[in-house]
Order: sequence, then structure tokens, then C-alpha cells
Amino acid sequence: MHEMSLCEAIASSVAKLADGGTVTSVSIRVGHFRQVVPDALEFCWGMLTEGTNLGGSKLVIEQVPAVIECEKCGAETRLDMPILMCEACGSDKVTMVSGEEFRIDSFDIEED
Amino acid sequence: MGRFHRHSDGTTHDHDHEDAPLGSFDPAHDHDGHDHPHDGGGHDHDHTHEHRDVGDHSGYAETGRSRVAVLEDILGENDRVAAENGQALARAGVRAVNLMSSPGAGKTSLLKRTLAILAPTVRIGILEGDIATSIDADQLEGYGAEIALVNTSKGFGGECHLDAVMVRSGLRRLPLDDIDLLVIENVGNLVCPAEFKVGEHAVAMVYAVTEGEEKPLKYPVMFRAADVVVVNKIDLLPYLDFDLDKFLANLHAVNPTARVIQASARTGDGLDEWCSWLLGQTGDAAESQP
Repeated sequence: MHEMSLCEAIASSVAKLADGGTVTSVSIRVGHFRQVVPDALEFCWGMLTEGTNLGGSKLVIEQVPAVIECEKCGAETRLDMPILMCEACGSDKVTMVSGEEFRIDSFDIEED
Repeated sequence: MGRFHRHSDGTTHDHDHEDAPLGSFDPAHDHDGHDHPHDGGGHDHDHTHEHRDVGDHSGYAETGRSRVAVLEDILGENDRVAAENGQALARAGVRAVNLMSSPGAGKTSLLKRTLAILAPTVRIGILEGDIATSIDADQLEGYGAEIALVNTSKGFGGECHLDAVMVRSGLRRLPLDDIDLLVIENVGNLVCPAEFKVGEHAVAMVYAVTEGEEKPLKYPVMFRAADVVVVNKIDLLPYLDFDLDKFLANLHAVNPTARVIQASARTGDGLDEWCSWLLGQTGDAAESQP
């Protein structure tokens, strides 16, 4: 639902750095716990960038799994559902190791 | 010209491809965070390294592409404006609560009750976010609170959430020096508002028992963001198959530290506890809170 705003944020950052150059792809990293729909993001990206120097560029989305680390036993658990509980000992004293990422990694630009 | 590369270990480096015969590079190489020029076709390293597909230069030889590392949070700009909002509020001595929920959970009804109780003694401001119409803002008139309406359809693309820039525009229309507590009533939506910080000091969520027990698991971002969850419409419990314990267990699973207040904006149950929590956000008591 907010994928258009997110695409605007991505496009604005990349456009600033690309400085008018032709961008061919943009790589982003999205954590499993972010409520972002990759298909919707790609759809919005195409619409939003059309006719700009980012037009036709591919949005490459790397999904990062959600992983927690137990503060008691140190075990790491990879989560599908957002249930913050250690798989090994059942403790809910855990810290997120990954899964909340939402960042632009890099973009590819054509050189003159 | 120099090219900027990012490698799978998160390091970046610049190197010059101009002198090198194009297409003569290793298809992939992984570095451990150092700069070096690649003059000439081949290059020697005095260390071993794995070859991965990140940093593949073979495609660039024909197309003349280069990779620019960014490593920026996508919402970085929003977060910067949110921090400025937070500073402006702090300078004026205002504590701000971002109030979120799905549509129809009872944010506005709860606020009406809240204003009736608190507005006579506490200087309250309301920043009312809606996609369109002033229906909610109108309902909150007459209690003595300062109200600013932000319609996201007017100049903000009809967004399904408030972001930091929208809130900044609303703050400019509020007499912050005459307010101690600001409640930002976000757009009714269980997904998007949770992704956008706006400069608030605390996040409150209204959840209605008519929404089903599984919502924390389906919409974890908002439930995880909440400092307090007002479980609203508990006067309806006798008429529903709703399993309150199951909901509370699901909430605990995604957010073990959230405070829970059971309430009914219709009957007034739980309003005292909710108002105490709000008051606790203001004044000296709030300074020591995380």
C-alpha cells in the first residue's frame, strides 16, 4: 500500500547520486519483517521511473531472512512467523539479528 | 574514470579501468576492504579470496556500466525530518504520541472520550491525519484542544499514512508553545503508518476485539512499534467468539514489552488507565522513560 512512497524514496536517493546518468538497475535489501510486497514494489518502480533517467531500470530486491538470537542460550533462530521465541530453549528474551533491513545497496549506471 | 564497487562482504573500493584492456578481469573477486588500482589486465594479490558473483565485471566491459555503492536506509530522509520534528517538539516542551490503528478500531471515539476527561486540565493538541474529509477533526472540536488537520489527498498524493514531512506541515499550524501533549491521529491503516516515524516520543495503538486474534502475527510491524496497545470495544466481548487470551499471547509473541489497556470508548471502561498513561508521557515523568 505504501510501496509507491517507498519507490519515491528510493528513486530520489538514487537520482541524486546518479546525477542525470542512465541507471540500469538498483539493488535494495528488504528484511523479512518489513511489510513490503516485492511485486507491488517492482510495479510501482516501473510506473514511477518511466520517462526519467531511471526509466527501464531493474529493481533488484534481496530479501533478508528474519533471524533472532537468544539472550539466554545464544542460539539463533530463523523465523517465518514473527513469533519472537528461541527455538532451542523457548525464551522470549531475544534480539533481532536481521529481518528489519530496508536499504539501498547500490545501483548500476551506464558510463559515457 | 574511477569505478566504485561493492563486494559481498560489505566493503567498497574504487579502481581505474581505463588503462586496462576491457574484458580481461577476473569475472568475480572478493576483497577484504582495501583500495587498489587495477592497472594492467591481470592483478596479483598476496592473499587468497573466494570468487563470488558480486563484483562481476564481465558485463561492464561491453556496456560501460559501473556500480555505485549507496548503503542508505530507504527511509533515511523521512527519519531525518522525523528527528527534526522531534527536536522542534522538545524545544516547545511538547510530548507527542503517534496513535495508529486499522480503520474503525476506534481512534477518534477514544480521543473524544480522552479530550472530555483531559482537555479541561491538560493543554492538548491533536494532529489529525486522514486521506480526505474533516469528519474526524470535526468530531474533536469543542473540547478546547488545538487541532490541525492533514489531509493526505491535498498535496501529499492521497497517502495511506502520515510521514514526517506531512506532520511537519501540521506542526507549523499548531501553537506548540501552548501545548503540553500532542496526539497524532494517524490514517486508519494497519500496515503503512508503522513504517514511517514522524517525530513522536511514543507509539500508541488502538486494536478492536472485532478484528480477530491473529492480527499481531499478520501485521507485526505496527504491533511491534507500539508502546501501548489499547484493546478497545471490550463491551462487545459477550457477543463475540473472540479469544482474548489468544490475542494477548499473539501480541506478546511479537511484542513482549507492550503495555495492554483493555478499554471501551463507548462505555468509558479503561479510560482512566489510558489517560494516566498519556499523562505519564508528559512532564518530568516522561524524561526518565526510554
